[in-house]
Amino acid sequence: MTQRAAIVEPPPLDSATAGAATNAGGRRLSRGRSATSLTAASGLGLGVALLWFSLLVLIPLTAVLVQASEGGWSAYWDSLRSPQTFAALRLTVGQAILVTVVNIFMGTTIAWVLVRDHFPGKRVLEVIIDIPLALPTIVGGLVLLSLYGPSSPLGVNWANTPIAVFLAFLFVTLPFIVRTVQPVLLELEPEVEEAAASLGATQFTIFRRVILPSLAPAIASGAALSFCRAISEYGSLVLLSGNLPYSTEVASVRILSYIEGDKLTEAAAVASILLIVALIVIVILDVISRRVARYA
Amino acid sequence: MRKGAAPQTATRWGLRVLVVGYLFLLVIWPVLLVARATFAHGLAPVINALRQPEVIFAFQLTLSAAFWAVVINTIFGVGISLLLVRYTFPGRRALNALVDLPLAVSPIVVGLSLVLVYSGRTGWLGGSLEQAGLQVIYAPPGIILATAFVSLPLVIREVIPVLQEIGTEQEQAARSLGASALQTFARITLPAIRWGLLYGVVLSLARSLGEFGAVKIVSGGVAMRTQTATLLVEERYQQFGIENSIIAYAAAFILALIAVIALVIVTAFRPDKGTPR
Amino acid sequence: MSIRKLLRVRSVAALSAVAATVLLLTACVGGAATAPDGAGTTTLHLVGFAVPKEANNAIQKKFAQTPEGKDVVWEESYGASGDQSRAVVNGLPADYVNFSLEGDVTRLVKAGLVDETWNSGPTKGIVSDSAVVIVVQKGNPLGIRDWSDLVKPGVKIVTPNPASSGSARWNILAAYQQVIANGGTEAEAREYLTKFFNHVAALPGSGRDATNAFLEGSANVLISYENEAILARQSGEDFDYILPDATIKIENPGAVLKNANPKANTYLDFVLSKAGQEEFVKKGFRPVIADTPVGEVAGANDPAKPFPVPPKLFTINDLGGWDEVNAKFFDEATGLVPQIQQQTGRSQ
Repeated sequence: MTQRAAIVEPPPLDSATAGAATNAGGRRLSRGRSATSLTAASGLGLGVALLWFSLLVLIPLTAVLVQASEGGWSAYWDSLRSPQTFAALRLTVGQAILVTVVNIFMGTTIAWVLVRDHFPGKRVLEVIIDIPLALPTIVGGLVLLSLYGPSSPLGVNWANTPIAVFLAFLFVTLPFIVRTVQPVLLELEPEVEEAAASLGATQFTIFRRVILPSLAPAIASGAALSFCRAISEYGSLVLLSGNLPYSTEVASVRILSYIEGDKLTEAAAVASILLIVALIVIVILDVISRRVARYA
Repeated sequence: MRKGAAPQTATRWGLRVLVVGYLFLLVIWPVLLVARATFAHGLAPVINALRQPEVIFAFQLTLSAAFWAVVINTIFGVGISLLLVRYTFPGRRALNALVDLPLAVSPIVVGLSLVLVYSGRTGWLGGSLEQAGLQVIYAPPGIILATAFVSLPLVIREVIPVLQEIGTEQEQAARSLGASALQTFARITLPAIRWGLLYGVVLSLARSLGEFGAVKIVSGGVAMRTQTATLLVEERYQQFGIENSIIAYAAAFILALIAVIALVIVTAFRPDKGTPR
Repeated sequence: MSIRKLLRVRSVAALSAVAATVLLLTACVGGAATAPDGAGTTTLHLVGFAVPKEANNAIQKKFAQTPEGKDVVWEESYGASGDQSRAVVNGLPADYVNFSLEGDVTRLVKAGLVDETWNSGPTKGIVSDSAVVIVVQKGNPLGIRDWSDLVKPGVKIVTPNPASSGSARWNILAAYQQVIANGGTEAEAREYLTKFFNHVAALPGSGRDATNAFLEGSANVLISYENEAILARQSGEDFDYILPDATIKIENPGAVLKNANPKANTYLDFVLSKAGQEEFVKKGFRPVIADTPVGEVAGANDPAKPFPVPPKLFTINDLGGWDEVNAKFFDEATGLVPQIQQQTGRSQ
C-alpha cells in the first residue's frame, strides 16, 4: 500500500496547472483571467515575432506546397504514383503504423513502470528513454548498426533490409508515447482505483476500465506524434537501411534523390504528403488537448 | 489485503523485465557498442582523429550555428511565449498550434523548403539576398536557419507551462508599484521562468548540435566550409580506410556524449518526474 | 537573482554574443574569402570528387615546378561528385573541376558556369579513364573469368545501386552492353541483365557499402572500377580482380569554368600532358594521352603491365551518350533497369 499512499494531494483545481500537467508540454493555453488584449508594444512584438516565424517556417513550407503544385494536378499525382515513389510511401506509412502500434503498447508499459514502480536505477531509465530524442539521427543509425548490422554480437544482420527501417523508426519514436502518458499517470487520483479494487475488480479490469480511458487522449497524442516522427525520419536510415529502391527506401530518401537530381517539383510533391500529415497531426493534437481541458 | 497480491508481484517483475529488456536491446546495448567501437584501437587514435583540421572545423561550425540558432530561438521563443500566454489576439490558437510544426515536419522537408525560398539561383527571396551580398544556401547562414527551424518549439514549450503556473500577480504588483515593462520582465518574469528557460535552451542546443537531414540539404556539406559534425560522420563512415572510420566514430561519440550530458542536466535538475508531486 | 547579478550575467552574455558574432563572421568570411593574391601569386580553386585527390595533389606539385605553375596557390574541396557539382552551381568558388561523371559537368554547363565547348578538345573533356572490373575473392575460388560466369549457380553479386548512385551506373551498363559487344542482340542483353539481377545479393547505396558487403562475405563477387580496386589493394585490401574481355571505359571529366583565372587552363593542359597523366597512372587510373610513361603500378594485377586493353572496350558513346542512356536505362517510369528490378523483385 505504500505506493498508493505516496500519491499526494488530489490534482489542483486550477485549470491552468492541470492543463499544464495533462497537455504534454504547454500545448493548451489558459484562457480568461490572465490574458489581456494587445497593447501597442506587444502588438509590435507580435508583428516582429510573426515576421520571424513567417520567414523561417511559414513561407518556406508554403513554398513546398506551391512548388508541388507546379505542373498541375496530373503531374502531382503522377509523381506520387510513380512505382518507386509509391513503394517508398507505402513502406514508410506501413512501417510507421506498425511502429506506432508497438509504441502504444510499449510506451504505455514503460510509462506505467516509471510511474507506478520503484526500483534502484529508475532515474537512469528516464535519461535512457530520452536518448533517441537528443541523439543526432546519424549517430542513431551508427548505434543501431552496431547491434543489428554486419558486426552484430547477436549474429543478426538486418542492415539493408526492411527490418532496419522498422528498428530505426522504433528507436527514434521511443520517447513520444512515454512522455505524453507519464504526466497523466502521475495525476491520476488513486481513489477511483481503490474503490474499484474494494468492489472486487481485478488489477487488469481496473487498468482496462478505469485507467486506460484516462490515458486514452495522452496515448492518442503520443501516437500521432510517434507516427509523424516515424514518417519524417531520415538520418538514422542513411547508414542502416541502404536506401534500396522498392525495398528499404523511405519517403524522405526519395525526396532527397529528387532534390539531388534537380527535380524540385517532384521532390516537393512527395514532401507535400509529409507536410500534410504533419499539419493533420498538429490539428489532432490541438483537438485532443482541448477535449482534455474541457473534461479535466 | 488486496486480492491477488502474488500475481501483482509477478506482473510487476514481468513488466520491469520487459521494459528494461526492451530498453536494453533498443538503446543501452547499441550505445555501449558504439562507445566500445570508438575506442577499439585505443584512446590515442581517437584523440588524433579529433585533432584533424576538418574535424575541428566541423565542430566549430556546428557549435557556432547551434549557438546562433539557440540565441535566436530563445529571444523569439520567450517573446512568443509571453504573447501566447499573456495576451489574446485573433489567431492565437492557430499560432499556438503552428509553433509545433517544426517538431512534426521531416528534416528533409525543412531543407527543401529553405532551399526553395533562399536558394541564390531559384529561390523566392534568395536571389535578392544574394545580390545584396548574403548567401544563405550552401553557406553558414543557411545552416543557422535550418538549425533554428528544427529547434524552434523547444524553448517555447518549456517556457509556456512555467508562465502559466506563475500567473500574473507578481507582475501586476510590480507594474502597479511603478516598474516599467522592461524592469518587470527583467526582475520578475525572467527569474521566475529561468528553469524552464534553462531546460529549453539545453534541449534546443542538443537538438541543434544534432541536426543532420535539413543541414545536409541546405549546406552542401563541403569540407572545411559548410560541413558540420553530423555531415562529417556521414562522409567519413562511407569512405575507405581505418583513419576515416575512426574519425567517424570519434565525432559520433563526441556528439553522443554532448547529447547525454544535456539530458542528464535536464533530468537531474528537474524535480523528479518519476514520483508524483 | 539580484539585479546586479542579473546585469552581470547579461553583460557576460552580451560580451560572449559579440565575441561569437566576430568569430562567426570570420568563419563566414574566412570560408568565402580567397587568400589575397600577393605580388605575383595566383590562387586557383579546385573542386573535385574524392578519389583522385592524391593524384591531383601530385600533379599540382609537379605543376609548381613549371614556370607557369610556380606561383600558384591552391584552395581545394573534395567530396562526392554530385554534391560537389551542386555546390559549385550554388556558389562554391571554382576554377577547375574534376568530377566522376560527365553529367556533373553538364550541370555546370546548364547553369552557365562552363562553356558548351568544354568537351570539344582532343580528349573530349576527359582527364582520366578506368574500366569496370569484376572483383573476386583472393585466389578466385569460383573460377570467374567473364561476365557469363556471374550468372552461374552459387554466385552472389554485390554492386552499388544504380538508382541511388550515379556513378554506379557504369557497372550496370557494362553488364548489359558486353552482351552486345560480343555480338548479342538487345533482347539477349536484357535477358542477361535479368539473370544478373537475379544473382544480385545486395544493392547498397555506396561503393564503400558494396565493398564492405563483399569483404564480409554477404557476396562473393563485387562489381567495381579498376582504379578503385587498385587503390584498395594499394591500401592493403586483399582480393583479386578480373578485367573482362568486354567492358566499359569509365571516363572522368575535367573542366575549366568560364570566369576562371586563365592559369586554370594552363593547369588543365598540364593535367593532360604526360607529366600530369603519369600521376593518375600511379593511382590506378588509365591515362587519356597515348605514350604516357606507365611505370610499375602497385596494386594492379600485373604491376609491370597494369592496364591491358580488353579486346572489346566500349564507351558511353557506343550506348548513345548519357542523355540517351539515362532515359533508356534508368528513367524511373520507362527505364530498363527499374523494370527489371521490379520483375525480379530484387532491389536489395
